[in-house]
Amino acid sequence: MATQEAATTTLSAQHVHPKLQSKSPSGPMAERWTKHKFDLKLINPANRRKFKVLVVGTGLAGSAASATLAEMGYKVTTLCIHDSPRRAHSIAAQGGINAAKNYPNDGDSIFRLFYDTVKGGDFRARESNVHRLAECSTQIIDQCVAQGVPFAREYGGLLANRSFGGAQVSRTFYARGQTGQQLLLGAYSALSRQVGLGRINLRPRREMLDLVVVDGVARGVIARNLATGEIEKYAADVVLMCTGGYGNVFYLSTNAKNCNVTATWRAHKRGAYFANPCFTQIHPTCIPVSGHYQSKLTLMSESLRNDGRVWVPSKMSDTRSPEQIPETERDYYLERKYPSFGNLVPRDIASRSAKEQTDAGKGVGSTKMAVFLDFRDAITRDGEDAIRARYGNLFQMYARITGENPYKTPMRIYPAVHYTMGGLWVDYNLESTIPGLFVLGEANFSDHGANRLGASALMQGLADGYFVIPATIAAHLAGRALPAVTEDHPEFRAVAQQVTDRTQRLLGIKGKRSADSIHRQLGNIVWNQIGMARTASGLQSAMRDIAALREEFWNNVNVPGSGADLNQQLENAGRVADFLEFAELLARDAYEREESCGGHFREEHQTPDGEAQRDDVKFQHAAAWEYNGEGKPETRNIEPLTFEVVKPAQRNYK
Amino acid sequence: MSESMHITLKVWRQKNAQEEGRLEAHACDVSPDMSFLEVLDVLNDKLVSEGKEAIAFEHDCREGICGSCSLVLNGQAHGPHKNTTTCQLHMRSFKSGDDITVEPFRAAAFPVLKDLVVDRSAFDRIQQAGGYVSVNTGSAPAANAVLVPKDDADSAMDAAQCIGCGACVAACPNASAMLFVSAKIAHLGLLPQGQPERKKRALAMVSAMDREGFGNCSNHFECGAACPKGISVANIARLNRDWLGAVLTEREERKDEGD
Repeated sequence: MATQEAATTTLSAQHVHPKLQSKSPSGPMAERWTKHKFDLKLINPANRRKFKVLVVGTGLAGSAASATLAEMGYKVTTLCIHDSPRRAHSIAAQGGINAAKNYPNDGDSIFRLFYDTVKGGDFRARESNVHRLAECSTQIIDQCVAQGVPFAREYGGLLANRSFGGAQVSRTFYARGQTGQQLLLGAYSALSRQVGLGRINLRPRREMLDLVVVDGVARGVIARNLATGEIEKYAADVVLMCTGGYGNVFYLSTNAKNCNVTATWRAHKRGAYFANPCFTQIHPTCIPVSGHYQSKLTLMSESLRNDGRVWVPSKMSDTRSPEQIPETERDYYLERKYPSFGNLVPRDIASRSAKEQTDAGKGVGSTKMAVFLDFRDAITRDGEDAIRARYGNLFQMYARITGENPYKTPMRIYPAVHYTMGGLWVDYNLESTIPGLFVLGEANFSDHGANRLGASALMQGLADGYFVIPATIAAHLAGRALPAVTEDHPEFRAVAQQVTDRTQRLLGIKGKRSADSIHRQLGNIVWNQIGMARTASGLQSAMRDIAALREEFWNNVNVPGSGADLNQQLENAGRVADFLEFAELLARDAYEREESCGGHFREEHQTPDGEAQRDDVKFQHAAAWEYNGEGKPETRNIEPLTFEVVKPAQRNYK
Repeated sequence: MSESMHITLKVWRQKNAQEEGRLEAHACDVSPDMSFLEVLDVLNDKLVSEGKEAIAFEHDCREGICGSCSLVLNGQAHGPHKNTTTCQLHMRSFKSGDDITVEPFRAAAFPVLKDLVVDRSAFDRIQQAGGYVSVNTGSAPAANAVLVPKDDADSAMDAAQCIGCGACVAACPNASAMLFVSAKIAHLGLLPQGQPERKKRALAMVSAMDREGFGNCSNHFECGAACPKGISVANIARLNRDWLGAVLTEREERKDEGD
């Protein structure tokens, strides 16, 4: 009796973790978001101007949220790490944005987008959130078109769609290969309009370096003015972090160089739980590494897989040029292994399959760490002009970087870190475990589970910013009596002092190595041990190596210059220091999650034919890590996941 | 794999906006497969290991889309290649033995902050003056309710590709921002969504541009040659048309109001 009770209460005890209440609405899935919005209190327009909203970050989520909340009448201050909001990394997204418009009449629906996303995430996302995302998708397209986003059109003047990244319907809207750019510029224009109208106080070149929590509630941040070095205090009634993902923990990734974990990590150390850090996405179609000086990797849109065929030579260590390898000696391994999805299998599967081939000695190019992506057949079928019209800018980019002509010789591609599904834990309202701290876009963990489908990141960033937060912010502002807190509050002074002390400490080490060289070394550890395939022993050694490297950093980093002006070395050193702490949690999370799901592949847990093997009994939950203080192990809390509509099954793309 | 090249960089160093700058020479061994910014990375790593201050330069995406990088190489904004940002420029475009002068984008409206970093916030203020369609979130009509001819959408996209880097300003003998402004005017002016505010937008953006201290266009078209995104100088003609039309009708409207 007692044992049985213990077994059943484990689950119910997990249910009642006081800080991990999902606040998911109940009732029919399709009505939950509407019902929830109705149940939330409204804030009357005259009262909105009394609330100060602080938005950190100006990517899709941050710009969209800033603009929308300012339009509604809130007093918005927005911090931007770049010289201009238009430079946020959302700008680099290429392929497109999904929306369940069903314009092509090919059987799409909100339900199908919801279903595909839950399944694509390998049953590690919260169903209610995903359904809301699918619902918001259609409004996003309306909004962006009204802003003047120049989406691709058909000759009749209607919007064009294409199929993308593992979807069997054409639901992806796009603006050539620069969809992220155009969507960000749309959000940026809405933000700029509010700045011009005096409703947003925009502070560019500001980096959030800590969160200020007063009486258990997030009340602002400490930021560094990157141009002058000044440490500044920003108090508010609610803080929105829209600070992106942590892919640069791998050093080499497709992320922009300024992408970092600092904002989310500092918030984590102030009490925000960090969920599922081991869910990282490795994108299959990137340009391979060429040398030790490599500073970043370049992604090429996976729309290329619509027409390109992925192959390797059937023989090991085949040194012939691709043109010389006859058809019978080519292994189109994705088409062979996954006949129904072929080259369009989801990203995690395409990436892992490429690794299998290079591990088996079938890699191509001088480094042997690449596979071919071949357009020969598409060019024969549709003509070079048609291929140029579809992918011209990508082919040009490839040629520029590699010095090769992809119209004549197959591209060489290899997977690279691209996106991080993990992030700060948030409830259905996007509120973290610190009341008053909301987390939007890639910075949160919520919608993509263990693997994100192509063209879904733009959708989520904009859904969070344009449509979710404007409703759910009331959950905090209307629900609590907030005492007035200003920048003079002792907690602001104390945290600002800690930030200043840390800056001085970094400047004072005066060792021999640049922060960048240590970051590169960290990246090697993380890529080799916590990359596409992970093992218990590899993760253990990663944890040891990371801890040792962190020691090395704090004893031997050299940060030249002072804290009193523009100092990029100092900025970078602070970020690397945080990556060195975060990386250990990433390894630990991967170690504890003894299953394979989505982007997290544990070699110990695979099916006989090498596919990811989930363990739904033990791991159908989000792991939300709780910081316990310097040098103490973190606590792994869990939010159990239930699937009421989409029944968990092994993903099958064969 | 590739042979090493020897180049000399002459890099602009300037402590801050107040102090005078100077060129500083550095000999570098580089691989032809390196990007230009990776050469600066490697040089910076060396400087830091010698306890010297690293060269400040703006960069982020390193794939030609964020518009951060802002270098003038041997007198050319973004270097020798057409339609290429500095971050996408690879050293195979140079010869071993080359000297390369590296300077920031220079313009009165782009003050130097440090070394190769300039302040381009003037561009943001021009956008804030009118570079948008006034539509609040939630009030948009259904996306396919308004038809946009494909050619118009394509032309709008051609102009919308501007990355706001400022090479046009750096290349122009008058440091004019006309190409930048005209790209936004054309992008929105070519679409039905941009029509209601078309005149207002032209007036507001041009006067903001003038306020920021950018020069006038005198048809040198260096901007178009330097633009890494191939934005056409034909957009400037469109800007002039829109602006002139707006000035004329605005006077009419004022007269109407006065009557």
